[in-house]
Amino acid sequence: MDFLYNHLLSIILFFPALAAVLIIFLPSGEDKLARWVAFIASLVPFALTLVLWTSFDATNAGTYQFEESYVWYSTINSNFHIGVDGISLSMVLLTTLLTPLAILASFGIKEKVKAYMMLFLFLEMGMLGVFLSMDLLIFFVFWEIGLVPMYFLINQWGSENRNYASLKFMIYTVGGSLGLLLAIQLLGVLFGTYDIAAITEGWTALTSGTVMGMPVATVKTITFWAFVVAFAIKVPVWPFHTWLPDAHTEAPVAGSMILAGVLLKLGAYGFIRLVLPLYPAESAHFAGWLAFLAVMAIVFGAFGAYGQWDFKRLVAYSSVNHMGFVLLGIAAAAKAYGTESAHIAMNGAILQMFNHGISAAAMFFLVGVIYDRTHTRDLKKYGGLFPLIPVFGGMLIFASMSSLGLPGLNGFVSEFLVVRGAWPIMTGFTVAAMLGLLFTGAYILKGVKNVLHGPLNEEWAHGDHKISDINFREVVVMLPLMILMLSLGLAPAWLLSVINNAVTALF
Amino acid sequence: MTFPILSVIIFSPIVAALIILLMPADRKTEIRVMALMTAAFALILSLWVYLNYDQTLAGYQFVEKYDWMPDFGISLHLGVDGISTPLLLLTGVVMFTGVIISWGIEDRPREFFAFLFLLASGVFGVFVALDLFMLFFFYEIAVFPMYLLIAIWGWVETREYAAMKLTLYLFIGSVIALLGALAMYFQSGLGTFDMLLLETANFSPEFQKIWFLPIFLGFAVLGGIWPFHNWSPDGHVAAPTAVSMFHAGVLMKLGAFAALRVGIMLLPLGAVFWAPLILMLATVNVVYGAFIAMIQTDLKYMIGFSSVSHMGLVMLGFATLTEQGMTGAGVQMFSHGVMTALFFAATGMVYDRAHTRQIPELGGMIKPLPWVGVAFIVGGLVSMGMPGFSGFVAEFPIFMGVWQVKPWVAILAVISIVITAAYIMLAIRRTFFGEMPKELEGHITPITAIDKVVLVLLSGLMIGLGMFPSIMVPMVQTGVQNVLRILGGA
Repeated sequence: MDFLYNHLLSIILFFPALAAVLIIFLPSGEDKLARWVAFIASLVPFALTLVLWTSFDATNAGTYQFEESYVWYSTINSNFHIGVDGISLSMVLLTTLLTPLAILASFGIKEKVKAYMMLFLFLEMGMLGVFLSMDLLIFFVFWEIGLVPMYFLINQWGSENRNYASLKFMIYTVGGSLGLLLAIQLLGVLFGTYDIAAITEGWTALTSGTVMGMPVATVKTITFWAFVVAFAIKVPVWPFHTWLPDAHTEAPVAGSMILAGVLLKLGAYGFIRLVLPLYPAESAHFAGWLAFLAVMAIVFGAFGAYGQWDFKRLVAYSSVNHMGFVLLGIAAAAKAYGTESAHIAMNGAILQMFNHGISAAAMFFLVGVIYDRTHTRDLKKYGGLFPLIPVFGGMLIFASMSSLGLPGLNGFVSEFLVVRGAWPIMTGFTVAAMLGLLFTGAYILKGVKNVLHGPLNEEWAHGDHKISDINFREVVVMLPLMILMLSLGLAPAWLLSVINNAVTALF
Repeated sequence: MTFPILSVIIFSPIVAALIILLMPADRKTEIRVMALMTAAFALILSLWVYLNYDQTLAGYQFVEKYDWMPDFGISLHLGVDGISTPLLLLTGVVMFTGVIISWGIEDRPREFFAFLFLLASGVFGVFVALDLFMLFFFYEIAVFPMYLLIAIWGWVETREYAAMKLTLYLFIGSVIALLGALAMYFQSGLGTFDMLLLETANFSPEFQKIWFLPIFLGFAVLGGIWPFHNWSPDGHVAAPTAVSMFHAGVLMKLGAFAALRVGIMLLPLGAVFWAPLILMLATVNVVYGAFIAMIQTDLKYMIGFSSVSHMGLVMLGFATLTEQGMTGAGVQMFSHGVMTALFFAATGMVYDRAHTRQIPELGGMIKPLPWVGVAFIVGGLVSMGMPGFSGFVAEFPIFMGVWQVKPWVAILAVISIVITAAYIMLAIRRTFFGEMPKELEGHITPITAIDKVVLVLLSGLMIGLGMFPSIMVPMVQTGVQNVLRILGGA
């Protein structure tokens, strides 16, 4: 047991990769076996995360716990250094929770099942690595490595336009991380270490003089924007979001679930973990710009979603809209560093990351369920399906309401916290963002109305295309998500206390 | 006296080549088995050297010295340091995999393997030579069989042209470098070609400034430095698979390595003086090579130009004259060697079946050739510097070195990464995924078990090094520290 406790994070991190390697050696053609091995293997990190959650000292959520450090690349002084605090713990929970559900959601995949499951488990490792890293280089390693499985998931199992979408995804994110790579190298060269804590200390203390022949302030501003652009592309923040609707639309269902559920959070996590601590002054200085981008994301995301007739694209744009609130909270916290309102806004942002992870995964999954039956995502071709598929309809409304921010469900709590925190700090932007919420309601209802209500499209009622309700496996995927939506809406304290303790200690 | 392992590594391929030549030409299977055994022997010995190199002692090890022409100060002086030991292993790996890949050669396999081994001998010789004369001796031995291997067994369309172009380029380069070597010999007044002695010759700064450039560039031609690179893609394309593997995998490192050993280490002041120029040339390599690779439709040309880009990173690392940059360059030589060997092996396997290397004429290859596809993807990820693979481990310190010298070069050179990502991903998709063209259906036979050995060995090396950099990087670092000692002492 001691071994387990001392290496808990490594085991959580690398177990999926080990399982993926095991899957390579399964006999080919045994699709069912591969599915179940992958599903059960993905439950192990989840179970271990629950162990982690219970043994985590929540009162000291601001300090890293379960730290492990091994020499990795001695020449450039980079160590394999991992640990969790309250912020990363909630993200780890989100990741290990969504991965088994996404794998369960992919049981319908018929082609190249082994490769698919393998990539999914590698993807889980990449995402977990980002959340656990305490070393800047290790952070970058996992940041990039997650791209590869996602690229192939979209490129191999996606729909018609997958080649375009996957390449766009790849180029956008690789291009975006170039600046990040350069900035990381610069910091590494300056401080001779990649330890995030050491760099943060040295970098924030450095306020005058020159770096590489340029004034420190200039270098800081340039590298600040390098970090911001890399993370903003991932979030994605308007105007860097254009890869997202394509990638989402073309990705397989479970790919979209993870993309929206976890991958987008990597960008926001980068803001919280690196941009704000490394650049407190610049963040405060440019907070107005970040808030502006956030509001644009909220408003344009909502407009963009409303304009779609492709159901999946609609949900994809809703991600832009919802992640805008995360950035708004971050921007507010950056501007009023250390105040109570900043803490509230930051709490809201992190909780919103978790909430959006759950509701976006649920929404994408439901879109996948109906696509599976109708083979269309065109909202004009559904219509009046509620009586035919009542259980599905109920779940769709439930998830939509969570996404819309109905009080009593999870989305409301986090959006309220963001707005409450941001209001005294940047009132104008907050008002604009809240107006954006109106359009959120509009596009959500547009989706629900066109699928479930209105005149029945007779095609789905009879004959070959007769639509069937959500099946048992699909209900199993949805239930944990719905329970979380409700419980976080009614009693968010279990999660919020961990986040809040970390936030008050760190910001 | 200890076992003269370096001599055995150098000369066993020559001996094997002679034995193979004495075998009857129609006993093809026996010839192949003999070749494979020789290559395995060389691989095991080079691996033994690699594992037994003492990193804590650093410096030159396994040193041997025999008088050859004492009157002229020429001796067979051999030894390996932290930079050359990985290259020795690389040569062993490429030789072993190259022989396996050439298993199917039906046209005069006897002569083919004999020349290939002569080439391997020369390559091993350059990496371990500590005598300037011997270095040139082995250098020419390595270049000469290349001509025949390409001209006789190469791709029918361009082989004469490419072989001629390659040989002329390399000979001109080496003649210029040889002039420099002679100048050093006479200038030093020590009456020796021994490089360890020449290191202490204290050439005057003027002498070093004049002669550094011809020597460095003369060798760097073989390393594919811009604007002297354009023999290289032609050569890659025309060569048969195993020769392409040798050519890009090892031979180009020969140029870079000799440029370091003779240019930078013997004329350190010249190196310091000219480093900014080399840095610029190398930057052009990196960026221009990537762009040219992007517009290629022939798989082999694409890999050829990507080699130009990646070898530019090696030169870039050297030109920084910093510990991290040069260490990265040393690792990049190994990483790139394994990577291109894998690329050419995989391309060869596709070409042998599809009889075309034109990317638009290929497609859907992953289904009949899953191993090749996965190996090509691994190579692609290494090529684009994806973390977790050896390319990242090598390129990252190079960039750190560049930051310390010329930050804007780092910003410029990094563009190549996204360009590389674009063309590699496109090539992977168009070659291995999508629809297979009608005329190829049914012609794509599965690869053999020994082909899989090649793919697994090469991919495994890149993943292993990517995940555990400490298995090689500290060793290279010890070699680089020696170079820096010379640079600092100058």
